[in-house]
Amino acid sequence: MRDTEPRLSLWNITKKYPGCIANKNVTLDVQPGEIHALLGENGAGKSTLMKIIYGVTHADSGSIIWEGHEVDIKLPTDARKLGIGMVFQHFSLFETLSVAENIALAMSDEEPLGITELSTKIIEVSTKYGMPLEPDRLVHTLSVGERQRLEIVRCLIQDVKLLILDEPTSVLTPQEVDKLFDVLRTLSAEGCSILFISHKLNEVKALCHKASVLRQGEMVGDTDVDTASVDTLASMMVGEQTKLEQEYEKVLGSETALSITKLNYFTSDPFGVNLKNISLEIRKGEILGIAGVAGNGQEELFSILSGEIQIQQKQALTINQQDIGALNPAQRREFGMSYVPPERNGRGAVEDFSLEENALLTNNIGNKFGKLNLKGIKQFANDIITTFNVKCHNSKTAASNLSGGNLQKFIIGREILQEPTVLIAAHPTWGVDFGSSKAIQESIIELRNNGAAVVVISEDLDELFQISDRMCALFHGRISPVKPATDVSIEEVGRWMAGVFDEQEAAA
Amino acid sequence: MNFKIEKRAEASELMRWLSPFIAIGATLVITTLFFLALNKSPLEVFYNFFIAPVQDLYGVSELAVKVAPLMLIAAGLLICYKANIWNIGAEGQFIFGGLIGGWAGLQFLDVNSPWVLVPVMLAGVVAGAAWAGIAAFLKTVFNTNEILTTIMLNYVALNLLNFAVHGPLRDPAGFNFPESAMFNSSAAMPIIWQDTRMHLGIIIAVIACIGVWFILSRMHLGFRIRVRGADEHAARFAGFNAKAITWFCLLISGALAGLAGVIEVTGPIGQLTPSISPGYGYAAIIVAFLGRLHPIGIIFSATLMGLLYLGGELVQMFLGLPMALTSLFQGLLLLFILAGDLLITHRFVPKWKKPKADEVPNALAEGAK
Repeated sequence: MRDTEPRLSLWNITKKYPGCIANKNVTLDVQPGEIHALLGENGAGKSTLMKIIYGVTHADSGSIIWEGHEVDIKLPTDARKLGIGMVFQHFSLFETLSVAENIALAMSDEEPLGITELSTKIIEVSTKYGMPLEPDRLVHTLSVGERQRLEIVRCLIQDVKLLILDEPTSVLTPQEVDKLFDVLRTLSAEGCSILFISHKLNEVKALCHKASVLRQGEMVGDTDVDTASVDTLASMMVGEQTKLEQEYEKVLGSETALSITKLNYFTSDPFGVNLKNISLEIRKGEILGIAGVAGNGQEELFSILSGEIQIQQKQALTINQQDIGALNPAQRREFGMSYVPPERNGRGAVEDFSLEENALLTNNIGNKFGKLNLKGIKQFANDIITTFNVKCHNSKTAASNLSGGNLQKFIIGREILQEPTVLIAAHPTWGVDFGSSKAIQESIIELRNNGAAVVVISEDLDELFQISDRMCALFHGRISPVKPATDVSIEEVGRWMAGVFDEQEAAA
Repeated sequence: MNFKIEKRAEASELMRWLSPFIAIGATLVITTLFFLALNKSPLEVFYNFFIAPVQDLYGVSELAVKVAPLMLIAAGLLICYKANIWNIGAEGQFIFGGLIGGWAGLQFLDVNSPWVLVPVMLAGVVAGAAWAGIAAFLKTVFNTNEILTTIMLNYVALNLLNFAVHGPLRDPAGFNFPESAMFNSSAAMPIIWQDTRMHLGIIIAVIACIGVWFILSRMHLGFRIRVRGADEHAARFAGFNAKAITWFCLLISGALAGLAGVIEVTGPIGQLTPSISPGYGYAAIIVAFLGRLHPIGIIFSATLMGLLYLGGELVQMFLGLPMALTSLFQGLLLLFILAGDLLITHRFVPKWKKPKADEVPNALAEGAK
């Protein structure tokens, strides 16, 4: 592949947004038939670079060379004419239209196809690649995996030469991921180039030929995936050598701290998920990991546990046999509960407020007659900062000036230093660099060792296996069986995430 | 020309402090052009507006009379605005407080005890709070937008006042003028400067500002109010009761406006008339913003706004310019303050212009260290 002309070359692409440089002098070559990974942490500039290639936004300087000719891609239609297709992280589909209608909308006007002809072609293309699709189905009835198929088929139908996939696996179960990889390998064998954006190293290792790594907007290097180890790739991404896998001791608790009994919840949010007959026991001295693809009821379950959503069944939640279903989040904290929400700014912390004020958000320390104990608050904020090694100017710094990982450490620290007896944490290390992730995981383990009951809700299976003592999964608002992490395989959890479990067994 | 508005990387702290002064400067420039067009000497107008009113001690005392209600109302509005509750109804709360307080005052026309003051003032406070309470009820129960309900209630209060002074509360000995009887002086705030109209209200207003400052920056209640205003999700996550905060803010703000109303009616005005407020409730909104939504800032901005009212009267008397000039000044001030607020956090960029190449963002620079 080396001797041929690259299908796509990027030359010194620079793109600035106010307050950040998304891409700085990025240079990249993609060969025909190559599966090329673009690696980088959240905010490294991957998505911006792809949007530039696809014509969604424009570079401030630099050039794009397509099959040996410099091109000016003004709009996605220009990109599609060249043969570039893109599958976005957030799908761009019309839910009320059918599969065929959605594809028709993306077709160029120059060679209009009737909907029946198009339907035949959809069936032809989708079966050829092993991604069956029914052209007449309405999109809102499709599962997330099927929607992604539709997006890919929409690109394939137009004879793509370069397919860009932005974090395609983040919404898929492990089994669906395997299927997707088969499709991508077939495409690559036919000569289609693929740009695969990800921050999951194992997937890159399994699928890709080459990998280019972006860090803070700059291309730090590219490497042949075959010769590079996962650890090398990781250190290229974060810029420091960190051990990726950390083994923690597994223990099983005995006494129940928090229990959920036959919880049903019907959401009024049209995009929400109903929870069906959920029963869980969260035990002292144990970490329960709840896996699941995003949007299967995690948000609802978290908010019900925290008290942000009030439920009708006031008896469904108890902590040490006391009903807490009717209490608000602040009252539940007095029972020793504590939460780390999925959103940092705008839920776990107030952006414009100082760290001291954010420390006060969930810990009403030493206030007499409603008057603030300013000294105590400052002391508490500084305790968090030193104990959890939060990098910041001082405790008066606004939360918005902290990086995501540092703010997450601050929030986790705020909750853990209050010595909760039950901690509910959603995505505790999402988008956090490796060093901070390790620190966060260790503090959660330590909390468990001190006898607290911990629930970790996450989409990251690797992490869940790493820290959980028992595991289960959420699918369409239902909960799978709960098994000790040592007795369950990643494949079995994958099946749970896809809804393959016996509810009788789960309820038992 | 095609411009887009984009967020600045960092808002300038200096500009945050300077912007009220820039707004005042810009207002002076625009009004200068305006007076030149009217063939009036701008210097003479400004002299009459800003200097002549406070040239003697009597002027200063009159200024205090105007500043007291503005400061009281603005202190209450500040609490609402910090919680992101947009109470535009201080005018109505002021009028209703004045009306009910006035009605209470009329019950004690023949009583000369200093204790009369207590029920009269209390009536005004409760009435103002109740009027704001209607908006709080509608918001917490039906999720009604408080901007709309409070504005509408302003007109309801004004019409109630008109009805009262034309009907049930009209002075039987008043030759059918739409006015109530004159109040007994014991229903009015005590005069604190002999031979002037300056009354205790100004002291109460300053105390209210300090109290509001204390609540907002030293009490957990104030913290809850600020979190509710800055971030509703964070407030819910923290477990702060949004409805209770809404009620508290609107009731306090209504109570202070109502107090300002009754003080004004029983004191400087002395009777109920169809026009007991020269728009204090609206001007106080400008006071709150010009004072940077800070209690101490309000003390200064209320003084400036009071001066505008006083100056407006003088300019009308001596230069024959319309009283509406005061509104013109107020409107321009508000416009420039809001424009300034936008430009502190955002900037205009021509659509074709690309970002400057040498702007190294702070986040990256810090990350590199």
